[in-house]
Amino acid sequence: MITVERLTRKYGAFTAVDDISFVCQPGRVTGFLGPNGAGKTTTMRVMVGLTPPTSGSVTIGGHHYHDIPNPGRHVGVLLDASAQHGGRSGREVLELGAMTMGLPKTRVDEMLELVSLTPQEAKRRLRNYSLGMKQRLGIAHALLGDPSVLILDEPANGLDPAGIRWMRGLLRGYAERGGTVLLSSHLLHEVEQIADEMILIGHGKIVAQGDKKSLLAGAAGGGASSFVTALDNEALAAALKAKGLTVASAGDGLRVEAETVEIGRTALESNVVLTDLRPADGGLEDLFLELTSETQREGLA
Amino acid sequence: MTAATIDIASTAPTPFSRLVRLELRKSYDTRAGFWLLGTIVLLVLAAEIIAVSVTAVQDEAMQFGDFVGTAAFLTSFLLPVLGIMLLTTEWTQRTAMVTFALEPRRSLVILAKAIVGVILTLATVVFSIAIGFVANLVYGLAQGGADWTFGWKDFAAFLITQVLAMLGGFALAALFLNTAAAIVVFFVYKWVLPGLFAIGAALMAWFHDLAPWIDFQGAQAAIWDWSSSAEDWAQLVVSAVIWLGLPLAFGIRRVLRAEVK
Amino acid sequence: MSMNSMAAPGLGHALDLSGTSPTPFSRLVRTELRKTWDTRAGLWLLICTALLTAAVMVIQLAVVVVQDLVVSYNDFLTSTNFSIGLLLPVIGILLVTSEWSQRTAMVTFSLEPHRGRVILAKLVVGLLLGIAAVVIALGLAAICNLLLNGMSDLGGAWDLSLEQTAYFVLLQEIGMLTGFAFAALLLNSPAAIVLYMVYQFVLPTIFGIGGALIGWFEDLKPWIDFGASQTPMFDGTGMTGEDWAHFAVSGFIWLVIPLVIGVRRVLTAEVK
Repeated sequence: MITVERLTRKYGAFTAVDDISFVCQPGRVTGFLGPNGAGKTTTMRVMVGLTPPTSGSVTIGGHHYHDIPNPGRHVGVLLDASAQHGGRSGREVLELGAMTMGLPKTRVDEMLELVSLTPQEAKRRLRNYSLGMKQRLGIAHALLGDPSVLILDEPANGLDPAGIRWMRGLLRGYAERGGTVLLSSHLLHEVEQIADEMILIGHGKIVAQGDKKSLLAGAAGGGASSFVTALDNEALAAALKAKGLTVASAGDGLRVEAETVEIGRTALESNVVLTDLRPADGGLEDLFLELTSETQREGLA
Repeated sequence: MTAATIDIASTAPTPFSRLVRLELRKSYDTRAGFWLLGTIVLLVLAAEIIAVSVTAVQDEAMQFGDFVGTAAFLTSFLLPVLGIMLLTTEWTQRTAMVTFALEPRRSLVILAKAIVGVILTLATVVFSIAIGFVANLVYGLAQGGADWTFGWKDFAAFLITQVLAMLGGFALAALFLNTAAAIVVFFVYKWVLPGLFAIGAALMAWFHDLAPWIDFQGAQAAIWDWSSSAEDWAQLVVSAVIWLGLPLAFGIRRVLRAEVK
Repeated sequence: MSMNSMAAPGLGHALDLSGTSPTPFSRLVRTELRKTWDTRAGLWLLICTALLTAAVMVIQLAVVVVQDLVVSYNDFLTSTNFSIGLLLPVIGILLVTSEWSQRTAMVTFSLEPHRGRVILAKLVVGLLLGIAAVVIALGLAAICNLLLNGMSDLGGAWDLSLEQTAYFVLLQEIGMLTGFAFAALLLNSPAAIVLYMVYQFVLPTIFGIGGALIGWFEDLKPWIDFGASQTPMFDGTGMTGEDWAHFAVSGFIWLVIPLVIGVRRVLTAEVK
């Protein structure tokens, strides 16, 4: 639904977005991942016509954003929840949006209820909003026109755990109904849980794209690993090593390059009581850090 | 378990000189601030060039004091804008959050800003005089003789009135904490009010008597003429209290207690 | 590394736009109008303009009655030079600059990517507010004139002609448009306000001095002094053909050029 074709954006000598191409499919949540300053927000700004591209193009549903009449009804945008007049109330912001898009006023109440902003909160002016409240308002604004495409820049920013879980459910349901979601984030674990497709970007270039399985399958090694904590870690470690498995200590327990079922079996054989056994899902984080290591601000430890 | 404490004994409070240096830097490190100062410089320069060329060509008699006066006219409405922006940018850009977190003694911060305003005014005055000097020099070369009449009394008066103008803007800014409002009110005060006062004084006898006590700009004439009577000085003080003291007092009180977010 | 695990893009995945009509211009205007008073700052500016207009006229009335002066309906209207003449251009300025200083341009231009339409809508709102101001002024002046007629035997003449009223409207709208043009040029409220105030108050003095000192400048002045070219509109002498020529040329310099530059800037600016 969203097609980015060889998009480039330069600011003088600095290339913010370097010849990137990708597609966001309908019915799927696409996660746009990258370190700070990788070019995610710039790409999104080009998508909605706020920034002109240096070369290349972006089309949404086959149209340039500029050519979509009343775009709020088709594309819901949340780029910066703080880019609102501090002196306007939350309700007023939504009512202005509803007015522009030609929506009935009841839609505003529906949206406020959807994002869990109480009527009292809706009446307060934006300068008195917390970060999370501004974010919820921004999401409400994006959803006002019941669009079929959502473009969200760091939507979980400032949301509390309940809010993040709510948003996850919201976006999943949205995608299941056939909508297209493009969200950018650097909260890896969040995106992991919600995105069907992931695009990793660093220094303006795409370093990897695909769904989680294929990304991890392509990762170096690719073997399973698990974390385990036992009452007697040393005995377990010895038994695992005897089987030829790689064992390293990790925090309170051990990290073992093996499936959890192997470790469980070994523990049973050695009569060791386990208190914690789970797959090490740091695979994606390692992959992300490795791929973008040259573009990271902090070097890999 | 005893509560952990922070040992503050060894940390000295931020010295005031550092606050002033910081505020001075903040006045020119943004594009807006830099351009305001740059505009003042450029305008004064342009005005003096025009003044020299015009008066030399037209054989108008000009004194050193006249050239300085040209600059003074321009800066009289730009310096107050500078005074306004010293204070309001902190609010409109919401940097007050950072400023007051780093230095909770807000009154000191405001005092530092006011002092920076005075410093910048001084710099502008020196610059105006220097440019006026050069202008008079060039004029003298063109005319075959320059008139170096420039009372040092006038210089002092010039300096004081410019500082008062800047502080006037600063006071309005503290009162409104809104750049647009302060600027509009300032221009009304400077350009509309004198006219209204004159009309009022001409039309109504009681206003004619009252006017000198509330017309701050008019009262400043006393600064230029040091032989003014005690009554003139009293009028200056009273009108200063009305137009400088009260807004400043209200405004500063507001800043000190405002919730910053 | 798998780079393209996705199905063929684009084809068949399109947005059905057939049911969506472009946002009608009237709706844009209604939204922009609402944005002028839905914030506390905006509302206060509009209220203060009305209050100041009333205050100035009332003071004028009081002075006139006490001093037994002769003033007419038209004189009450002229007092708006100190109220509406001052604040309407500021309203025009803030119409444009508040979008930029508060960064709401991001939202505005993503809901309506045709920025030209948004600017035009703001312009129309400025003109509408100007008309509202004129109506308020006419009403208040009528009230004051009525009171004057009641309180004094002198003055209170109802001397407003259609021509005068037309000039009055034109004057106020020009002021608003000038502020609007400066705002579009600078996209910065303090700068635009200062520029407008300088243009309004300081420039006449400078032009006067220039005209007095330099002969050829005195001849040039009518063609570049936009403010002065509007004088025949309110001093009762009416505009001759030559006056209109001066108005058009100086207006081109001070109104049209800044507006064109500013609008072009807004159309192509990057919004973040």
